[in-house]
Amino acid sequence: MCQVGEDYGEPTPVGPTPLQPGCELKCVKCKEGLPVVVIRVGDAFCRNCFKAFYVHKFRAVLGKNRLIFPGEKVLLAWSGGPSSSSMVWQVLEGLSRDSAKRLRFVPGVVYIDEGAVCGQSPEDRAKTLDEVKQILQTVGFPWHIVALEEVFSLPPSVLRYFAQEPTGTEGAYKAAVGSFLQQQHAPAQGEEQLSVPGTQGLQTPAGPPIAVQTEARPPTAAQTVALSRLFNSVKTLTAKEELLQTLRTHLILHVARTHGYSKVMTGDSCTRLAIKLMTSLALGRGAFLAWDTGFSDERHGDVVVVRPMREHTLKEVAFYNRLFGVPSVFTPAIDTKAPEKASIHRLMEAFMLRLQAQFPSTVSTVYRTSEKLVKAPRDSSAGVPPGPRCLLCMCTLDIDTADSATAFGAQTSHLSQTQPPTPPAEALTAPCCSAGVGRPQGCCQGAGPCGREDPRACIIDQLCYGCRVNMKDLPSLDPLPPYILAEAQLRRQRAWVLQEIQEYLIEDSDDEAHTAES
Amino acid sequence: MAAPLSVEVEFGGGAELLFDGVKKHQVTLPGQKEPWDIRNLLVWIKKNLLKERPELFIQGDSVRPGILVLINDADWELLGELDYQLQDQDSVLFISTLHGG
Repeated sequence: MCQVGEDYGEPTPVGPTPLQPGCELKCVKCKEGLPVVVIRVGDAFCRNCFKAFYVHKFRAVLGKNRLIFPGEKVLLAWSGGPSSSSMVWQVLEGLSRDSAKRLRFVPGVVYIDEGAVCGQSPEDRAKTLDEVKQILQTVGFPWHIVALEEVFSLPPSVLRYFAQEPTGTEGAYKAAVGSFLQQQHAPAQGEEQLSVPGTQGLQTPAGPPIAVQTEARPPTAAQTVALSRLFNSVKTLTAKEELLQTLRTHLILHVARTHGYSKVMTGDSCTRLAIKLMTSLALGRGAFLAWDTGFSDERHGDVVVVRPMREHTLKEVAFYNRLFGVPSVFTPAIDTKAPEKASIHRLMEAFMLRLQAQFPSTVSTVYRTSEKLVKAPRDSSAGVPPGPRCLLCMCTLDIDTADSATAFGAQTSHLSQTQPPTPPAEALTAPCCSAGVGRPQGCCQGAGPCGREDPRACIIDQLCYGCRVNMKDLPSLDPLPPYILAEAQLRRQRAWVLQEIQEYLIEDSDDEAHTAES
Repeated sequence: MAAPLSVEVEFGGGAELLFDGVKKHQVTLPGQKEPWDIRNLLVWIKKNLLKERPELFIQGDSVRPGILVLINDADWELLGELDYQLQDQDSVLFISTLHGG
């Protein structure tokens, strides 16, 4: 351990130090200021240079990627924690800058109240919500507060991919910036008619941020009970964390779609992403690392998730928030006070941070790896409709039945055997009741596509490897929110109908055969 | 012989949960033979302030990786980490960056 001190190699003051901290040191940037934070080994920054460095990095990440078009509606996913709070503050500051450097998108904030699964009493939740609202009012962006319980009233369409016409060319970006600037110089009515790729056909984006607020109706007691029932039924903390993340993503996506946001920004820091990368690998999500940890994540089609905080370490975030008074709300998470080995997430975090303490480039090395990953869908991206997607994480399925040599293949081929190759005649009656949101699992019992299978297999079939492994920790899938069960049923029916009519189709399309197989 | 010191100890980022949810503690460190440094302070905190699960806060003779230490709002790495000698009226802040505090 003594090496740790040596690694830092700073001329640490020996003996009693007077109150001026680090009096022998100067900031590495301006060579004048008193350093307050060590960012990399030996790089000590003073307060002002640290601020400039931090703000520049945020803007550089956005500028470099050119994904966010001027006037576009962007939803900031704010958990109350340090990174996402810092992100909201960076956006707030960026919007109030002088014209040349001003951020030009239209932000809104979403906060998901997860109190029900994180062991908060109704009183604590109300208290947290008060704090949350206070901060949101200070920020002044339109905001949406949603209780996690609302997953029980989500529509099945949340789980669908909505294709979006490709926009992201260099030329398109420049043109959009140009027309935005023109409209800004034009009289005010121009602002209403911004044509922003991706938001067409949705609600008109508001020009200046108007404090639109949607607040969740307080969840009904029955929903809270159903949510607790679901999470209590999950056997491991690892699966609970994954499930929570899945449901949270669906809710944010739903809010984004219903309010016409075409981008969602999340506050994942570099440290978190490095931990997430290792965790995802351990969870069998290796195929999706580029989506799970990259700058942008297009898995939902119409709503793209971006991670503008991905170059800030948690240390930088914590220091910035402290030094510049960025407010955040602490809420216990699902793993608060859990021992280090309680879940894969927790274990990987401890592993990474301990390594980092001894080898200060650990996090950045892992993080750089995530930067190099290239998104290469199996069915090459251009023009080809995407293959079937995982019901839960919505990534293109990584299931390959031909690959039977590995444990992975063995598991998937076992599952594919549960699908009957052709349905027997009695199943040819119309598919059972249209999957009602109310009791979709009831559907599966009658004649129909899933008639002979247990509903569990019908859902598991539609998951990627990582999600399949995860669902093993749910003894019963019944407590899952209705939209998941309903969508599973709908997909099954669609596949079944396709299979039915397949023999009447002229055999020229590989796509359909492919879809029917799934 | 070091004189008693009055020091402000603060916890943030969820670390306060291990201290009954109290963030700021104004404490008086009794006089002792050796001068007070952070190493001693951690031992004192473990004995006097920490309410539960010490392993989530202290590991070995230092803080758990992922917990940041700020002395008078400056990074403790600039000040000698565990060897920094406390002065009267210093403020020491522990911020947890760990998930869930």
